[in-house]
Amino acid sequence: MRDTSSLNNMRDAIMVAIEDLAAEHPEVVMLDADLSSCIGSSSFQKLYPERFFNCGIAEANMVGVAAGLSSMGLVPFAHSFGCFSSRRAYDQWFLSVGYAQQRVHLIGTDPGITAQLNGGTHMPFEDIALMREVPGIYVIEPSDAQSLYELTRQAYATGKSSYTRVPRKGATHRYPVGTKFELGKGIVLHEGSDLAIVATGEVMVNAATKAVETLEASGVHPMLIDLHTIKPLDTELLEKAAKQCGRMLVCENGRYAGGVGEGIAAHLARTCPTKMDFLNVGERYGEVGKLPYLAQAFGFTPERIVELAEGLLKN
Amino acid sequence: MLDAKTLGKLQDQALELRKMTIREIGHLGSGHIGGSMSIIELLTYLYYHEMRIDPSDPKKVDRDRLVCSKGHAGPAVYATLASKGYFPEDWLLTLNQGGTRLPSHCDMNKTPGVDFTTGSLGQGTSAAVGIALGQRLLKQDARTFLIVGDGESQEGQVWEAAETAAQWKLGNLIAFTDFNKLQLDGWTDDIVSMDDIDTRWLGFGWHVQRIPGHDFNQIAEAVERAKAVLDRPSMIILDTIKSKGFIPGEGICANHSMAFDSEAAEKAIAELEARTKGGKE
Repeated sequence: MRDTSSLNNMRDAIMVAIEDLAAEHPEVVMLDADLSSCIGSSSFQKLYPERFFNCGIAEANMVGVAAGLSSMGLVPFAHSFGCFSSRRAYDQWFLSVGYAQQRVHLIGTDPGITAQLNGGTHMPFEDIALMREVPGIYVIEPSDAQSLYELTRQAYATGKSSYTRVPRKGATHRYPVGTKFELGKGIVLHEGSDLAIVATGEVMVNAATKAVETLEASGVHPMLIDLHTIKPLDTELLEKAAKQCGRMLVCENGRYAGGVGEGIAAHLARTCPTKMDFLNVGERYGEVGKLPYLAQAFGFTPERIVELAEGLLKN
Repeated sequence: MLDAKTLGKLQDQALELRKMTIREIGHLGSGHIGGSMSIIELLTYLYYHEMRIDPSDPKKVDRDRLVCSKGHAGPAVYATLASKGYFPEDWLLTLNQGGTRLPSHCDMNKTPGVDFTTGSLGQGTSAAVGIALGQRLLKQDARTFLIVGDGESQEGQVWEAAETAAQWKLGNLIAFTDFNKLQLDGWTDDIVSMDDIDTRWLGFGWHVQRIPGHDFNQIAEAVERAKAVLDRPSMIILDTIKSKGFIPGEGICANHSMAFDSEAAEKAIAELEARTKGGKE
C-alpha cells in the first residue's frame, strides 16, 4: 500500500505505480515516444535502463513494438500525449494489440482541456470514443492521485490491455490511502435522490463536487458518482442511480459522440430509460489557453453543472 | 553453398509447397496467389533449413520467430506450417471459409505456428522489432525473421520500425523484402517506385543484401552473412517473380488476387510439373 498524498502531480502517481509494478514484476517494461520528461518516465529509465525504450517521435511504431514485446510475455506500459496515443496509433492499437489479443497498458496524458497551452492540436476529446471501440480492453480516467495509483495496479492485474487518461500537472488528493477501489466499479461520492451526476476524470469530478455543494445549499439532493472506469461501464451502479434518481447528468472532459454519456444513455435506453443531459465539448475542437480559461470556454464549471442539473429537474 | 542433396530436398519441398498453395486457393476459388508464390523459396528455406522451431511445441518460448508482415501471403505460410506438421493438411481446404482457423491474413490466435497477427500492412514490422527486442531482453539465443512486401514498404510504419531496429542494434532481426515489383493496382514503379529500396534500407542503418529470391544457394549464403552481423539488423532484398510457379499468373499485372477453381489449379500444377521436369524451375 502506498500513500500518494505527498505527490504534487498526477503523472507522479502513475509513474510510481508503474515503478512499483516493475519492482515486483520483471516482465514490466516501459516505452515512450520522446515525451519521457513530460510524464517523468525518465525516472523509470534510471531505475531500469535495460527495460526502458524511447521509441522517438513515432507513436504507431511504439504501439506496434509494445505488441511485439507483449507476444514475448513482457508487459509494456507505453506513453504519449492522449491525442497521439489514440489517434496517431489507432490502427496499431486496434489490430496489433486489440485484435491480436496482446497485453499493453497505454497511457494518454493531457486528456481534453488539460492539454492547455499545447492547444487544439494536442487536445484529445475523442480518445474516449476511439478506445471504447476496442473490444476487451479497459478504459480508465481516475480523478485523483490515490485512485490513479491503485487502478493502474489493478489494470495490470487484469492481464488485459488498458488505456488510461492522465492529466500531468497538479494533483487532486480526494481519497485517503487505504480507500478501497475496484476497477469497473464507480464510487458514490455523495448520496442523493433528486438526480444523479456522473462525472469522469479529475476536471469533471472536481467541478461536480463543488456543484453538489451549491445544489445541496439550494435544497437539491444530488447523487454524485466518480466514474473512474469508462470501459466496462459500471452498469449495476448506473442502473441503480437511474432508478433511484430518475434523472442523470453525465459530465466528461471529452466529446459527446461515442463518449461516456452516450455509452450510458445507450445502456439505460435498454434497461432503465431515464431523463438525461450531458456536459462535454460536443462538436467543438480544442483551443489554446490555461485551465481556468478553458473550463470557462467549454463550460466545464460548477456553475454550468448546477445550471444543467436545475434544467433537468425542471422537466 | 548448399550440398546437392540439401539443395535437391529444398527444391522438391518448394515444389510441394507451391502445389499445396495452388490447391488451397483453388479449392476456395480465389485468393492471394501472387504474393504467396513469390516467397515459397524463402519460407521453404526458413522452415526446412534455418529456423530453430519445434512443430510439436509451437509456443516454445525461446524459438526463432517469423512475422509475415505481408499478411495476405497467409496461404503460403499455411501450406508451409501444415507441411511441417503444425496442423493437419486438410485444414488447407478450409482457407477463408466461415469458422476456419486459416483466415486470409495471418492470425496468431487462430493458426498454430503463426507468431504474430498481420494484415494491416506495415504493422508486422514493428511487432517483429518488439519480438527481437524481447528476445534480447530475455537473453534468448533466438532470431526474429520478418517478411515485408515491396508495396508494403510504402507504409510509413515500416520506416519507423526500421529506424528503431537500427537504433537498438537488433542483430537478431533478419528481414526480407519480397521485391516482386507488383502491387495490387499494378507495377510498383507506376504507383510509388521502390527501385532504390537497397539504399533506403542502407540509409536507415541496416545491413543490406540483394539477391535473386528464388535461388536457394543465394538465400543460404545471404542468411549466413546476415547471421554474422551482430551490431545491426539485416535486410535481404529478394528479387522475386510475383506468382512464380503459378504460371497463369506469371508476367501479368493482375496477379495479386486471382480467381481460379480446383480444375484450373490441377491444370496449373500439371503445367508447373512439366516445366520443372524440363529443368526450368
